[in-house]
Amino acid sequence: MPTRDEIFDSVRETLVDALGLDDDEVVPEATLMGDLGAESIDFLDIAFRLEKAFDIKIPRGELFPENIASSDSGFVKDGVFTETGIAELREKMPHANLDTFVEDPKVEKMQDLFTVDMLVNFLEARLA
Amino acid sequence: MRWFWIDRFIEFERGDSAKSVKNVTLAEEHLHDHFPGFPVMPGSLMIEGMAQTGGILLGEINDFEHIVILAKVPQMTFHSWACPGDQLIYSAKITNAGDEGGAVDVTAMVGDRLVAEGSIIFVHLDQSDSEFGAIDQKNFVFSMNLLGILDVGKAGNGQDQA
Repeated sequence: MPTRDEIFDSVRETLVDALGLDDDEVVPEATLMGDLGAESIDFLDIAFRLEKAFDIKIPRGELFPENIASSDSGFVKDGVFTETGIAELREKMPHANLDTFVEDPKVEKMQDLFTVDMLVNFLEARLA
Repeated sequence: MRWFWIDRFIEFERGDSAKSVKNVTLAEEHLHDHFPGFPVMPGSLMIEGMAQTGGILLGEINDFEHIVILAKVPQMTFHSWACPGDQLIYSAKITNAGDEGGAVDVTAMVGDRLVAEGSIIFVHLDQSDSEFGAIDQKNFVFSMNLLGILDVGKAGNGQDQA
C-alpha cells in the first residue's frame, strides 16, 4: 500500500496533467474548483486518471457525489443544507472535511469541500 | 454542409478500438479559407473526426442508449498537416468506459506520417436527464444519419475493406 505522501505525489501529478497546473499550485488545502480552476467536466477526467494511476475503479458518484445539492433532493432548504443534508454529506463524503463547512452550509460552498486533501483521503481509505 | 467528419469505418472492434477514413478534398469549402493558397485540414475538424470515431466506438458499447458528447480534449498534439488528396486514418482506442462517460486515445495518420495524437473524454447524457432535455440530437454523433457510416464500410464491390 502506498504511503500518504506517495498518494499525494500521484494526485499532484494527476492534477497537473488534468488541469494544466504547475507542481507548486497543488497543495493539500487547495480547492479543486476555486483554487485550481477545475470545472465539473474535469472531475470525470480526474476520476479516470486516478483509476489508471492507482489501478482501481471509482464508482459513479462516490468521489464526487451527485444530486445531493439539487433543490428537490430534500437535503437543501433555501439554498442551505439541512441537518439531514449535512448528515447525508457526512455519510456520502467521509473523505471530505466538513468542519468549516457546517458553520455556514450554503449550497454554493459545497464545492469548497472538493480539495486536494479530499482526494488523498479518498484514495488512502480506498487503498487501505 | 453536413457534420460528417469521417467518411467510413475500416475497422471496428467492439469496446476496444476503431479506425476510420477521412479523405481530404479540395471540394470542401473551408479549405479555401484555411488558408488561401495553402489549403490544410483544420486541426479542430480533425479533432471532430477523431471524436466521431471514438464517440461511436463508445456509444456502441451500450447500443447507443446514451447520447455521447465530446466533453474535453485533455491533450492533442499536431505534428504535421493534411492537404487535399491526403487520406487521414483516424484511430481510437478506449482507455476508459463507464457509466458517466469514457475516454479514448486517438491518432491521425496520413500513410506512415503521424499528423496528430491525443486523448478525448466523452460524457453520457440521457434523454431522461432534465437538465439536458432540450438537446437536439441531430447535432450529436448518434443521429441515425451519422450511424449510417457504420453501414458503409464496404468497397464498391460489396467486399469488406481490409
